[in-house]
Amino acid sequence: MENFSPVSGLFGGLLIGLAASLLILLNGRIAGISGIVGGAFVVSMSDWFWRLAFVAGLILGPVLVTATTGFAPNIDISSGTPTLIGAGLLVGFGTRLGSGCTSGHGVCGIARGSPRSMVATAVFFAVAVCTVFVMRHLVDG
Amino acid sequence: MGNVMASIVSSLLIGTLFGVGLTISQMINPMKVLGFLDFSGNWDPTLGMVLVGALVGAVPGFSLARKWSAPLLGGSFQIPTRKQLDSRLLFGAAIFGVGWGLSGFCPGPALAALSSGGYQVFLFVGAMIIGMALARLYPVARKLNPQSD
Repeated sequence: MENFSPVSGLFGGLLIGLAASLLILLNGRIAGISGIVGGAFVVSMSDWFWRLAFVAGLILGPVLVTATTGFAPNIDISSGTPTLIGAGLLVGFGTRLGSGCTSGHGVCGIARGSPRSMVATAVFFAVAVCTVFVMRHLVDG
Repeated sequence: MGNVMASIVSSLLIGTLFGVGLTISQMINPMKVLGFLDFSGNWDPTLGMVLVGALVGAVPGFSLARKWSAPLLGGSFQIPTRKQLDSRLLFGAAIFGVGWGLSGFCPGPALAALSSGGYQVFLFVGAMIIGMALARLYPVARKLNPQSD
């Protein structure tokens, strides 16, 4: 457990949760990233603006942290290009089919007590754990 | 949806807060996420703490929202209405789980990582957007109301 960073993890999580609270209370929207992005495919263009603004903020956040604190988080990617592309396709397709992702189901869905979200979260966690086991401990690289 | 300018500004600020949270918690780092998902490896429970923190931060907001008649900036609450557990939900969650386990990236961290992660993040995000578009071709998925997440 040498990499365990409970304090920054908890604090960062609090900010994420706070963001979700603010988005629902101010704008009436679920802070589910797959829905914010994926929803743009089907809504009218006037509904794109707040979505683009939110994503712009997502991208800006890390830049802001680095600029103010000097902390630049590692982004350690061990997956090769084919795996990244395949994974991206699966994440995109799966989150739209399943109506949510870690923020939509895992944070917002559970926070509002949705049984659908609790089940979805349990499923994608379990499958992800199995996938990691297969990839790291059964398949070589 | 209420005042458009207000929704844009608030979304930008809230998205930034979200991105800051992803950075501080290091959920923007796929290696950190995979460290949690790798139960039989060198297990890193951090993601669990992040989820706890996120729920602590989110529960009050949703609890309040249930009692309000409208969001503060106007418009209406766009809350999912579907209640039943169906195959779309389960298959979708499973498919997402595979992709997440393969890469350690889910939508939020991947987008946040665009600023500093290099070409690989662009590859993932590009593929993710294509995957989302493809989901619209799936007849059942097309019937989904995007706001009923």
